[in-house]
Amino acid sequence: MEVPLNHYLILSGVLFAIGVVGVVTRRNAIIIYMCIELMLNAVNLTLIAFSSYLGDMGGQIFTFMVMTVAAAEAAVGLAIIIALFRTRRTVDVDDVNLLKG
Amino acid sequence: MPIVTPFIDLTAVAPEIVLSVFACLLLFASVCMKNHGAAANTWLAITGVIVAGWYAFCPVTAHSAFTGMYEADKFAQIFKIIILLGTGLTILISSKYSEDEKINHGEYYALLLFATVGMLLMVASSDMITLFLGLELLSICLYVLAGYTRTRAESNEAALKYFLLGGFAAGFLLYGMAMIYGSTGHTDLAGIGKAVSHGAFNKMYLTVGAIMLLVGLGFKLAAVPFHQWTPDVYQGSPIPITAFMSAGPKAAVLAALIRVYEGSVSYMHVDWLAWLGVLAVMTMTVGNVAALVQNDVKRMLAFSSISHAGYAMVGLAAANKQGIASVIIYMLVYTLMNIAAFGVLALVARKNEQRTKMQDFAGFAYSNPFLAIAMTILAFSLAGIPPMAGFMAKFYVFMSAMQAGLYWLVVAAVINSAIGIYYYLRFTVSMYMREPEEKLPPVTASPALLIAIVVSLIGVLVIGVVPADYLDMAGRAILSF
Repeated sequence: MEVPLNHYLILSGVLFAIGVVGVVTRRNAIIIYMCIELMLNAVNLTLIAFSSYLGDMGGQIFTFMVMTVAAAEAAVGLAIIIALFRTRRTVDVDDVNLLKG
Repeated sequence: MPIVTPFIDLTAVAPEIVLSVFACLLLFASVCMKNHGAAANTWLAITGVIVAGWYAFCPVTAHSAFTGMYEADKFAQIFKIIILLGTGLTILISSKYSEDEKINHGEYYALLLFATVGMLLMVASSDMITLFLGLELLSICLYVLAGYTRTRAESNEAALKYFLLGGFAAGFLLYGMAMIYGSTGHTDLAGIGKAVSHGAFNKMYLTVGAIMLLVGLGFKLAAVPFHQWTPDVYQGSPIPITAFMSAGPKAAVLAALIRVYEGSVSYMHVDWLAWLGVLAVMTMTVGNVAALVQNDVKRMLAFSSISHAGYAMVGLAAANKQGIASVIIYMLVYTLMNIAAFGVLALVARKNEQRTKMQDFAGFAYSNPFLAIAMTILAFSLAGIPPMAGFMAKFYVFMSAMQAGLYWLVVAAVINSAIGIYYYLRFTVSMYMREPEEKLPPVTASPALLIAIVVSLIGVLVIGVVPADYLDMAGRAILSF
């Protein structure tokens, strides 16, 4: 039995929404980053579902690009979080509030 | 089955290749020379930008590369020149700053060049995949650069905020792209345009996709209501990086917006342009009103850069040929005037960026008359006072909106320009008419900074007085588009 396209789209939509809610509500920088990764993976699922449904390779190639970029972003992001921890001894985004106006 | 090797011709991507090679050379050089080659880094990076500019300027034989995912048309060419100009000025104003802050490493300049490669890819992208890759190459380099002075807590904070919110926005951008792909079955912008104009698309997916893509690009452009990160990130980043972020990336995103919303999805029966107009009004108003109450010059310039993005979006909303040409002129002028203004600010701020308040500019006209006059001209140009180029740029943008019949937009934009004059003048008054609170040794500008300022002043005055040639150039650029 073939799983219809809508099921994939609903699943990825829900995953994306969980990611968004996580970014908005969580306070730990690393968990926020994990939620962003969840959003990106929801997008990957959408792309692959469309790619398979349309019979077009474009979406799968796009997914590879997204995965590569996400890896690069992870390296940079974790480095930034470590640099922040070294100066501030915290990764809680509520404590990161020097800049206000 | 025979494997067909696609024809590969890389002449169209020559500027990107040159910049990447120079960025790698900088990385090698910084390993080989340790700390001896600090000054050489600046000049090596500048050489890279000039060579890339030469290749961007010269007519190339091949117009597209990577099987049509990259299109080096006249439209891309003029944006590339604006972006390279921004990078060149940023490198010039960085030289003294990076020496003082001890961040004059090869990596710093290499990251600037890689970010520039990302922007060049964005403006020439004719496929959503190239657009995404260019945007992320730009963003990832900017995350690092924002936190480059990593012992300063403000810089760390700017990098973290930019990274988390940038990643969040990238998620929306990608979801939008995925939806547009699902709706039309194409990732290339021409294919999307064709599918949309033939009605071969799913309306719901395309609507969701186009909205989310607008959120993602609006974030990078710092359009209200996606601007919350901008003041903090601009204030916390090293000053030359703030200058860099405020000019080039905005031009690149505007080019991408023009390609997507005035090319591909414009055939859809949703009035995207009215929405862009609403965003433009909000962006101008919030930027200007918030800038009024700032006492920190760096933060004031951050809000002013939000408002300038709003003015440029007026031209985008007008959506006629003149509107697009005026966006090009606006970004050219803004790049010239804003980066040099940040250069002067970097000088006044002294070590560790301790002095970026309004009162730190008090008496600047007496300690450094030339720089004060330069800063005054730049501030007047930013405010849009004739005969400076800032006035002509605004004039063309507003004219194009008039022609499109968007009178409400023009009225809002003119009111905003009037508000803008107040805070630029307030800042100028502080340079000429106030006594400094403490006596400090006068600052001296480095030759590189002086070059940047002189280039900007000449550009601002020439475009302000004889703008016709530049408008012609911009007009020709959009014909190919």
